[in-house]
Amino acid sequence: MTSSRLSSSSRWHADRWWPLPLGVASALVGSLALFIVTFLAVQAWPVLSHLGWADLVGDHAWYPLDGEFGMGSLLLATVLVSLGALLLAAPLGLGSAVFMHFVAPSGARRAMRWILGLLAGTPSVVFGLWGLTVLVPWLAAHHPPGTSLLSAALVLALMVLPTVALTAASALQAVPHSLRLASDALGFSLSRHVVSVALPAARAGIVSGMVLALARALGETMAVLMVAGNVAQWPSSVLDPVRVLTANIALEMAYATGPHRAALFASGVVLATLVLALALLAARLEPARHHA
Amino acid sequence: MPLFDSPQRPVGSGLLAIAIAMGMASISSQVSAQHITASGSSTVAPLVAEIGKRFEQRHPGVRVDVQSGGSSRGMSDARQGLVQIGLVSRALKADEADLTAVPIAMDGVSVILHRSNTVPALSDAQIKGIYTGAIRNWKAMGGPDRPITVVNKAEGRSTLELFLHHFQLRNRDIRAQVVIGENQQGIKTVAGNPGAIAYVSIGTAEYEAGQGTPIRLLPMGGVPATVAQVQAGTFPLSRPLNLVVKGQPSATTRKFLDFAQSRDVHDLVKAQFFVPLAR
Repeated sequence: MTSSRLSSSSRWHADRWWPLPLGVASALVGSLALFIVTFLAVQAWPVLSHLGWADLVGDHAWYPLDGEFGMGSLLLATVLVSLGALLLAAPLGLGSAVFMHFVAPSGARRAMRWILGLLAGTPSVVFGLWGLTVLVPWLAAHHPPGTSLLSAALVLALMVLPTVALTAASALQAVPHSLRLASDALGFSLSRHVVSVALPAARAGIVSGMVLALARALGETMAVLMVAGNVAQWPSSVLDPVRVLTANIALEMAYATGPHRAALFASGVVLATLVLALALLAARLEPARHHA
Repeated sequence: MPLFDSPQRPVGSGLLAIAIAMGMASISSQVSAQHITASGSSTVAPLVAEIGKRFEQRHPGVRVDVQSGGSSRGMSDARQGLVQIGLVSRALKADEADLTAVPIAMDGVSVILHRSNTVPALSDAQIKGIYTGAIRNWKAMGGPDRPITVVNKAEGRSTLELFLHHFQLRNRDIRAQVVIGENQQGIKTVAGNPGAIAYVSIGTAEYEAGQGTPIRLLPMGGVPATVAQVQAGTFPLSRPLNLVVKGQPSATTRKFLDFAQSRDVHDLVKAQFFVPLAR
């Protein structure tokens, strides 16, 4: 008894030091994130203090050199392009996840994983170049100018597809095998098992994968910059050119001074707010995972 | 940090004694005079970087540091004294007389179309009509029945400023379908769209057209868009590339400004598809 008490207490002593470095590491990460957001807000302050949120996201145009900093159309374009990409990528990604998990022979499954990994690892500027030299001219031949909300959503869909597919595949893998056995015992067909049992059971994982994909789409810059057309306007169709918040910053930051520069930091604040809202949404979805 | 510049300027004890005699203020200004900093127009920066390399070779101990970031930034950096030389790819405005401009080359801006576009030339009024959205189809100019894709530059670029200034337009009058950043992006956009019209630096456009990129440079007011015409000063859409300084430059900076205007750098100017000034 003595020896066991000793060893447990020494184990306790050995564990005592390690919350400290872990705590320091998380404090560092947390303060870095706060520092960046504060930096953004401070840099944007000259514009934020003069204009209300209504001026920034309301029905104003973006003419920064004339002191007009309406980001409503940019915000809408950002949301539409990202949601469009997710809408295109979700069925394809989910389909390939189901294929990989339930249908594919192991060789095809490995090949699929490898291809999705390749797609996930391709730098965004390569997608942009492909979009600019192949997709946009093809679209332009039918509906000029080709650079549009649609082309941006298509290129982004390609980029977030692996995120959707790989997270959905992992979520399906995490579904307990006992559910499959139960389905078999009830005489369910494979399609019935996938639709009624496996997908609902993996729902939380699939949804958080999609939120992850949406966050990536919101933050993507280079590829969208090259194919979206970058006209700061309210789009009236998917074939209209649009400018997203990230592209706005990348296009103008190198040449911006004074209030124009502050306004670009304000676009950064708006974008950060959007991503934060998404993170909160994801956190609200999280408890569903435990019920599933 | 004057004393840390020792790799270029060994600070001997004799010099140190003199320096102490003269006071620290003078040594710091003396050493920083050997370090020329420049920032501004991304059009001018690569050229000045090349000129700087050659200047460093001829004047050992002098460092020339060049950063790009746009003409507007070049103006404000030079004005605030953050750099000795601002790089500005346009003529100075009337209210910018606090800075002195030293022209080192000319650049022309050319309107470009897809090579397959049969419209031979456009008048200033037609270009204005196209860019304001009054003319939307090439049919109106005797071309094919094809909608026009208007390519504009992002705000803050000096190419945009030059274009707007020449055509007496405001940016909010322009109805663009594509907004671009770099010249190359404009050339790729036009090369991939037979109905597109854009404006880019003539040097870049002439080079790309020569490389077989399917674009065509439009004449302006009857003057063909060539580097030679810009050099002759006859091309309407052209701009000077300036080095700007505030107040009286130091002796080393003065020497660099003279060098950048001399015949010794004409080959560098030409290598960047700009046009040397006739002196």
